[in-house]
Amino acid sequence: MARITAGITTSHVPAIGAAMDLGKTAEPYWAPLFRGYEFSRRWIAEHTPDVIFLVYNDHASAFSLDIIPTFAIGCAESFQPADEGWGRRPVPVVQGHPELAAHIAQSVIQQDFDLTIINRMDVDHGLTVPLSLLFGQPAAWPCRVIPFAVNVVQYPPPSGQRCYQLGQALRRAIDCFDEDLDVQVWGTGGMSHQLQGPRAGLINQPFDREFMDRLVSEPDALARKPHIDYVRLAGSEGIELVMWLIMRGALDATVREVYRFYHVPASNTAVGHLILENGGVQQP
Amino acid sequence: MALDKPYADIPGTTIFDAEQARRGYHLNMFCMSLMKPDNRARFLAGQRAYLDEWPMNEEQKQAVLARDYNRMIALGGNVYFLAKIFATDGQSFQHAAALMTGMTQQEYLQMMLAGGRSPEGNLYR
Repeated sequence: MARITAGITTSHVPAIGAAMDLGKTAEPYWAPLFRGYEFSRRWIAEHTPDVIFLVYNDHASAFSLDIIPTFAIGCAESFQPADEGWGRRPVPVVQGHPELAAHIAQSVIQQDFDLTIINRMDVDHGLTVPLSLLFGQPAAWPCRVIPFAVNVVQYPPPSGQRCYQLGQALRRAIDCFDEDLDVQVWGTGGMSHQLQGPRAGLINQPFDREFMDRLVSEPDALARKPHIDYVRLAGSEGIELVMWLIMRGALDATVREVYRFYHVPASNTAVGHLILENGGVQQP
Repeated sequence: MALDKPYADIPGTTIFDAEQARRGYHLNMFCMSLMKPDNRARFLAGQRAYLDEWPMNEEQKQAVLARDYNRMIALGGNVYFLAKIFATDGQSFQHAAALMTGMTQQEYLQMMLAGGRSPEGNLYR
C-alpha cells in the first residue's frame, strides 16, 4: 500500500530560484539561507520518496483571471516549468504520477472536496523553487510530483479549516492506493510577507514562530485561525500559509519534528521550513 | 446585504477580492499577455499602441505607462499579474515593492535586512 512518511513545509520565494539559476547562492546575501537547507538536502537524499504531493499556489501563470480553481490537482504525465515573464526556469520537467493523482482525485471528490482536475498545466516558481531548495540542481528530479494548486490569489482562499480537512481526506485517499509507494506531502508558501502597497515588506516574526510551533503541536486549533488574522498579522500574501495546513492534515496526530529553519529576509519574505516525520499515531 | 470586509481597515493594503478582480479584469489580462516573449517585445517596442489593443480604461493605461503600481492596484491590478510588467522591464519583486512603499531600493533592502517592516503600528488604520 502507499503510505505517507513525512511532510515538509517551505517558502517558495521566486528570488531563491533566481539566486540558484544565476549562481548567486554563495553571495553574502544568500549564503545564510542556503546553509539553512544543507541538513534538508542530506535528509532528503536518505529519504527520497517515490512521489511528492506538492501543495503550492499558482501566481497568475497557469491560471489567469479566466478560470480560478480553489483546489486543482495535476493529473498529467508531466509539467513544464512556466515562463512567468522572464523565460522558463532552467530546471527539469516535472514528472507526474497520473495513476495516483487520478486515484486521489476520485477519492477526495467522493469525500466532498470538489477538486478541479487539470490534465495540462505549466508549473511556476511556487512548485519549482521548493524542489530546487531540497534537491539542488539535478539533471532530472529524483521522484515524481503531483502538483496541487490552491487559489490564494483572488480573495477569499479556502479557509484554514477547509485546508486541514482536505489534508485528512488526502491521507485517507493515499492510504488506500494499492501500489507500494513512499509519499511525502509538501506544503509551500509563506511565511509572513506583503508584496503590495505602502505596507509592503511587513514581516511578523512572532506570528511565524508561533505558527510553526502550533502547526506541529496543535494543528486542530491552528486550523481555526480566521483569514483576517493572516492578512492583518502576516501580510496580504502571508495568507499562503493556509496551504501548510493541507500538509499537516495529511500527517499523523503526533509527528516528529526532524528539522526547523527560519530566516529573514529572502527578498520580501520570511522563510520558514519544517521537516516532520509521521509519529505513528493516526488521526481519528 | 453587503459582504463583510473586515480587511478594509488594514493600512496600506488592498485585498484582491471579487470586487477588485472585476474592476481589474482587463488590466490583469493585459499583464498575462506578457508571459509570451513575442508580446513582451511588442509591448516594449510600442507601449501605448500595445495597451490600446486592450479594453482597459484610460486611467489604467496611464498607470501602466507611469509604472505606478499603487495606482494599478487601486484600479484592480493584482501584484502577481503586475509582476509580468516589472519582469518585462527586467525588475524584481523587491524593486516593485520598494516603489510602492516610496522608499529607495537601498532603503527598502536595508529595512528587509533589519527584519522587515514591523507589525507595530501597521495593523490597523
